[in-house]
Amino acid sequence: MSPFNNDLEVPDGWGFVQTIDRRDFLKLTTTGLLVMFFVEPLMGRGSLELPQGGRGGGTPADLNAFLHIGADGRVTCLVGKVELGQGAMTSLPQLAAEELDVPLSAVDIVMGDTDVCPFDSGTFGSLSIRQFGPVLRRAAAEAKGVLLEMAAEKLQVPVTDLAVEAGTVVHKTDRAKRVTYGQLTEGKRIERRLEGRPALEPVSAFTIAGKTAPRRDALEKVTGKAKYAGDIVPTGALHARIVRPPAHGAVLATLDTSAAEKVPGVRVVRDRDLVAVLHAHRDEADKALGLVKATYTPSASTLTDATIFDHLVKTAPAGDTPFRGGDLAAGEKLATSVFSETYRKGYVAHAAMETHSAVAAVENGKVTVWAGTQTPFPLKSQVAAALGLTADKVRVITPYVGGGFGGKSASQQGVEAARLAMAAGVPVRVVWSREEEFYFDTFDPAAVHTIRSGIDAAKKIVFWDLVAVGSGSRGVEHIYDIPNHRTVVRGGWNGNPAGMHPFGIGPWRAPGANANAWARESQIDVMAAKAGMDPVEFRLHNLADARMRRVLEAAVKAFGWTPKPGPSGRGLGVACGIDAGTYAVNMAQVHVNKATGHIQVVRLLSVQDMGVVVNPEGAAQQTEGCLTMGLGYSLAEEVHFKNGELIDSNFDTYQLPRFSWVPKIETVLLESPNLAAQGAGEPAIVPMGAVLANAVFDAIGVRVHQLPMTPARVLAAMKA
Amino acid sequence: MKTVSFTLNGKPTRVTTDENRLLLWVLRDDLGLTGTKFGCGQASCGSCTVVINSDAVRACATAVGDVEGKTVTTIEGVATDGRLHPLQDAFIKHAAFQCGFCTSGMIMGAYAKLLKDPKTPPAEVLKELEDHLCRCGAHVRIVDAVTTAAAAMKGGAR
Repeated sequence: MSPFNNDLEVPDGWGFVQTIDRRDFLKLTTTGLLVMFFVEPLMGRGSLELPQGGRGGGTPADLNAFLHIGADGRVTCLVGKVELGQGAMTSLPQLAAEELDVPLSAVDIVMGDTDVCPFDSGTFGSLSIRQFGPVLRRAAAEAKGVLLEMAAEKLQVPVTDLAVEAGTVVHKTDRAKRVTYGQLTEGKRIERRLEGRPALEPVSAFTIAGKTAPRRDALEKVTGKAKYAGDIVPTGALHARIVRPPAHGAVLATLDTSAAEKVPGVRVVRDRDLVAVLHAHRDEADKALGLVKATYTPSASTLTDATIFDHLVKTAPAGDTPFRGGDLAAGEKLATSVFSETYRKGYVAHAAMETHSAVAAVENGKVTVWAGTQTPFPLKSQVAAALGLTADKVRVITPYVGGGFGGKSASQQGVEAARLAMAAGVPVRVVWSREEEFYFDTFDPAAVHTIRSGIDAAKKIVFWDLVAVGSGSRGVEHIYDIPNHRTVVRGGWNGNPAGMHPFGIGPWRAPGANANAWARESQIDVMAAKAGMDPVEFRLHNLADARMRRVLEAAVKAFGWTPKPGPSGRGLGVACGIDAGTYAVNMAQVHVNKATGHIQVVRLLSVQDMGVVVNPEGAAQQTEGCLTMGLGYSLAEEVHFKNGELIDSNFDTYQLPRFSWVPKIETVLLESPNLAAQGAGEPAIVPMGAVLANAVFDAIGVRVHQLPMTPARVLAAMKA
Repeated sequence: MKTVSFTLNGKPTRVTTDENRLLLWVLRDDLGLTGTKFGCGQASCGSCTVVINSDAVRACATAVGDVEGKTVTTIEGVATDGRLHPLQDAFIKHAAFQCGFCTSGMIMGAYAKLLKDPKTPPAEVLKELEDHLCRCGAHVRIVDAVTTAAAAMKGGAR
């Protein structure tokens, strides 16, 4: 269905009509052209396994776009996506401007406001451009089609004689005949829909999309004016600090808030299990929280970051076999060398610089929550459920989000702020401390991969038997030509038995795909070394996928890779990955200090085929971010814990990549005009663990089987 | 309670409060300057960096009483007379941020070094930023921005 009109009647069950704050929305839409565009799910989520944690299940109902064209000719995109730093507020208007034939400067964007934007299940999965982009383009194309029809009527000429130039409809030969979009929409409510589907502009004709656009958030972010959820201060708002348990599994036994209550300006608020101290000043609320005496029964968990791997293998469900082919036993008979390896990876934190933050205010029975979230619409439902309100009584507004990486798909802090605001009768600010951020993080899960594989005398991989525990199915498929293979996935995002993980897990930039690629691409290098082949040549020798061959060959050229079997002593590594529809090859060079075990990365290259690139500069930024963030989980980041308690709870012990870690980074985006835009936010991080492990092996002839490759693990591997 | 007097972004400022309170929260909650960010609360991420006299300081670990009689500059005070500082220009030019949450602190850390000596070499400025965390991985662009700004300031830009 593709209804096109400007009134607010929408299909039953969709919920928008009930949730509109008409005051605000009508201000925007009483005049002018409003396009509401709904499409059936364009494409299945395919191999994307959607993690749990605040996301709706089933078919997404979120492929909607709103566009408004005002009497001044300005176009407003109303989108349910949010700006996390990934640059969607810059690239989405490029697509709208392109299809509408208006200057980019005439396009505004409103994001993540549940009262004025159409439903969206969340900003994750590198989907903003990949899935939402085509929808926005269709909405814009439909609007242009209607405006052309209106212009034809107004100018009394056939529509085929008209063209659009920068927001003005012009007669192709009699150029005096012209009318602007603004003149067409002025002072009227327009209810029309286009007959048939609009044609999208061919990518080859793009003049705005496909070119670098300056970031729209730049000025606000360099001047301190950009507002994040914690910067929103409704009149009378109080900071809340919530009483928290010391360990996962610990249960509150006794509570004494009397000392805190005596502090001037402090209020103690209790809503069932939620106990908080409130004060106008955050630091005074912190101090008052320190006066609360709470005792807890200890956690029953006895797990540690060392024992977790055996525990996962023991407790993970039997799992599924998403990929299999040929005959493993027959394949093994053909093998002249058999390899049996185990790879481990610890829990990794999201550690966005902005901790989970939200501010809630109640006015006339309606709750407004400003939240740093990747999922404003699911949060709205959670708030409504928690407060027993109908959906029209909750509005979630998403200001700038200070990084998400999957971690802000869970938005518990928004519910906490709303509950406390309701209980306290004043607006409440909840800005998690860094310790709360670690405690409630939905970590990238620890994982164990066991792989048995073999090559024959011709150095062809003849069998592959992988069991992935903990990391789910995203990117777990081997990408090579292997006639006999089986991939078993035990445990992922849904269906894990209680107690399998000692704390929350959830989507982390390319969920599970980092672990899956690390194991696969490490194993490929193990085989290449035994075969006495250069790791690139070994891959090409076993790879039919023409698209990946092209990316790999482009990487060879861009890096200046010269073939040599590993370990060559040069410290070079290669690894491949497919994620979010994008093909990625990373190459690296490292130095390893054999005395200290320290790994210094000196060069990183990423080559990707991501289809049409909407904003090349934005895609480069995302890629650089992937490579830099990938240094962390590969070299240092690991959550330590014991008996339900997090040993790492701040940046004094949990190490993020720093300037001195970051090498020269090169990014190459291959021309790929015949493929629709694919994901840019995640693919390049996927090969990071393996590319560095492979480079370390090439440098010192030692393979590290566990991420992160800390100096201690490098030294231990050298001794083994 | 004590009245603390200092110069904030060029303006004489007085705050009457517990002098042991933290500068970060006095700036954000009492004075409404929210450009200075809370990231860790233990001076290990750099998001809350401000400049006191000419030193980069972590506002989350500084008592407001310590700024008595001093000059405090926050991100809101870096642009002067409606003109962006060369660092701000360079951060925009190189898109040296993504989510922007660490940006204020990054700029203030670099600002302090260049305030002390506008001819500070970029490598020295970056040493100051080693203890500033950026989760988005904008590092290579921040390096470019600092390099551009340092060159401009060496050439006389302010």
